[in-house]
Amino acid sequence: MAYVAIADRDHEHHLHDPQTFITKYIWCQDHKVIALQYGITAISVGVLAMILSAMMRLQLAFPEVFSFITPNNYYQFVTMHGMIMVIYLLTALFLGGFGNFLIPLMCGARDMVFPYVNMLSFWVYLVSVIILMASFFVPGGPTGAGWTLYPPQSILPGTPGTDWGILLMLISLAVFIVAFTMGGLNYVTTVLQARCRGMTLMRMPLSVWGIFVATILGLLAFPALLVSAVMMILDKTIGTSFFIPAVLSMGEPLDHLGGSPILFQHLFWFFGHPEVYIVALPAFGIISDLISTHARKNIFGYRMMVWAIVAIGALSFVVWAHHMYVSGMNPYFGFFFATTTLIIAIPTAIKVYNWVLTLWQGNIRFTVPMMFAIGFIFTFTHGGLTGLFLGNVTVDLPLSDTYFVVGHFHMVMGVSPVLAVFGAIYHWFPKISGRMFNETLGKWHFWLTFLGTYSIYLPMHYLGILGVPRRYYATGITDFIPESAQSLNVGITMAALLVAVVQIIFFVNIIWSLFNGKKAESNPWGATTLEWQTPDTPPKHGNWGPELPVVYRWAYDYSVPGQPQDFIPQTEPHHGHDSVDK
Amino acid sequence: MHMSTLLVALCAAVIIWAFLVRHLTAKPWLSVSEPNNTGPVQIPALKLGLWAFFACITSLFALFITAYLMRMDPNHASDWYTISKPGILWLNTGLLVLSSLAMQWARHAERSENIQSVKTALAAGGLLTLAFLGGQLIAWQQLKNSSYFDIANPAVGFFYLLTAVHGLHLIGGMFVWSKTSFRTWRRTTVEKGRLSIELCTVYWHYLLLVWIILFGLLLST
Repeated sequence: MAYVAIADRDHEHHLHDPQTFITKYIWCQDHKVIALQYGITAISVGVLAMILSAMMRLQLAFPEVFSFITPNNYYQFVTMHGMIMVIYLLTALFLGGFGNFLIPLMCGARDMVFPYVNMLSFWVYLVSVIILMASFFVPGGPTGAGWTLYPPQSILPGTPGTDWGILLMLISLAVFIVAFTMGGLNYVTTVLQARCRGMTLMRMPLSVWGIFVATILGLLAFPALLVSAVMMILDKTIGTSFFIPAVLSMGEPLDHLGGSPILFQHLFWFFGHPEVYIVALPAFGIISDLISTHARKNIFGYRMMVWAIVAIGALSFVVWAHHMYVSGMNPYFGFFFATTTLIIAIPTAIKVYNWVLTLWQGNIRFTVPMMFAIGFIFTFTHGGLTGLFLGNVTVDLPLSDTYFVVGHFHMVMGVSPVLAVFGAIYHWFPKISGRMFNETLGKWHFWLTFLGTYSIYLPMHYLGILGVPRRYYATGITDFIPESAQSLNVGITMAALLVAVVQIIFFVNIIWSLFNGKKAESNPWGATTLEWQTPDTPPKHGNWGPELPVVYRWAYDYSVPGQPQDFIPQTEPHHGHDSVDK
Repeated sequence: MHMSTLLVALCAAVIIWAFLVRHLTAKPWLSVSEPNNTGPVQIPALKLGLWAFFACITSLFALFITAYLMRMDPNHASDWYTISKPGILWLNTGLLVLSSLAMQWARHAERSENIQSVKTALAAGGLLTLAFLGGQLIAWQQLKNSSYFDIANPAVGFFYLLTAVHGLHLIGGMFVWSKTSFRTWRRTTVEKGRLSIELCTVYWHYLLLVWIILFGLLLST
């Protein structure tokens, strides 16, 4: 039987057809509903993690004041904040949320290729979130081992949460990985198989490329976390010695022998480094699309952008031990990993140049999504530059485990991808909801968030250079930390609390606009990509009506000379010489 | 950082690169009416999904093996000692080989459109797999009762861990097998079952290969 492309089949082979409330909104296989479910869940836990960070900042600024924040609680907040933000918010939102929404629409498909597995992936993700939240309620509370969960401390008494919290954390991660694998198989297969007629890989928008490569990274890297989590569960529950060496705990020798904590670090960071690119690559792709749409200009160097995404993805597997320079490993390994880390900066820098070159002489419209996209460029460049400092071994030695690192990773993981998320939500809000958001509130949200987060993290680098260590409940009196550092801490906390409160503007804007926003036309930004060419806004089940779209051009025909409009949708056939080239 | 890890990473990188490099010469901004290198990959979606899953679980097993090699490095660890593996493992290996053969027979039978043979072969494959899993549990029990059982010994830990992970993947396969078998038993013609039987068979062969590698590793200590 000859192979027939999914896009060319007739649909007597029905798409799942939901009729009841339950199958339309709850146990729903429609990728758009699943995307919203992922998004709402991820953002909800993200808000919780933000509250945890507010508590951490309160403790750091006013060390004697808040008696309910004990040292144990502080470390628990640190750990849960980190794990929730990196995995349960950012990874789930970019891949589960944006991936689910955008991939079928931007590829011209009716849905993901495995809709039932897609639906399952959300519910299993939700179970993993519930398991993690349960760790707040068990004896001993959640784990306080730091999001990196290094053994032996993470499973030995002395660290908070070693009774139940660490187990629930590890089990929750394992469940998350199962959910992610189910989702990931969907995204990869849909991009490869379900693109509509004319949509070649090199005509796909960069959002899809970013999410696609990030998914491949995830499918290959999350197993490393699963391996380390399973082995740590066994060390904790049945007493194996994978990671625990011969050790005294509370003065008593334990039954373990010969385990290697460094083995955990290798496994964890073999996952951990690709993980940060799993967060960053979708953000890169989305930003490229936001910039080109709102500057009415094709992305500069599309092929290089694709190459850069793929190269960053591939290289991300060979840089992991730059997180381990101070672990005592062989210095020659440090040299090797520092080299690869500097190499990975090259395609990343190329992307930044190309974004700037896209803006150059573009017809820039300072819409809210564009502001967030430009904010991304600033903050990501900043964070990337500090990463170059940390990527060099000798410079990393005094900076490791200081606030310099905290400032760096918040800039590249906390601020930039979150600005990308906000930009993306504002950009696609008219498509998802059929309404426009309030522009004024959006601009206030942007400026306060952008300037606010800079006020938080820029001074933090200075604290790090002074040598103020991270993951300290209170630094106390030291010779090398002046009084003014504590004042700086207070300033940072004020900024952090302000930024946290400002996010209310975002939620008010979105929720109010959902019900009272001006009705949006189907393509308010004048974008070329397929999701804006759906017959209905918001797109109905099946996305395209009776006929799938056909694509004739790439996703970036903006401001093509000699054309009546400043954009040409991908579905517009060619009439004579209308390409950019002529 | 073991060779196997680097190898997996390298393979992934090479595959992605080789797959994409032909596309990077495309010039999508030019007006070309029928671009070449266009369409979807020419295999059924489920098959592609399974191969993507293979990439994922290869990564998983490669990482387990890397962890094993790093932890059980004879140069470093004077803290573990060889254990005697339960003899039933050899029988189990034989059972798994037979189950793979049975699944292959099922695939062959459905190609020659012999529905009765398909049903028998599928049943045999499933039963042999269940026998394998039962045998693994017996092996666990035997090790637990033997004098070698010391959970702090990583040889023991890895024995349970690696057999458990392999067994879990086989149990997952049994879920799909049961769905396929159920559908087959209700049918009188082969047509619709073709792909699922083929994919089940490939999965079984893959897990057999994984088992042979893991068994070899376990035997080496």
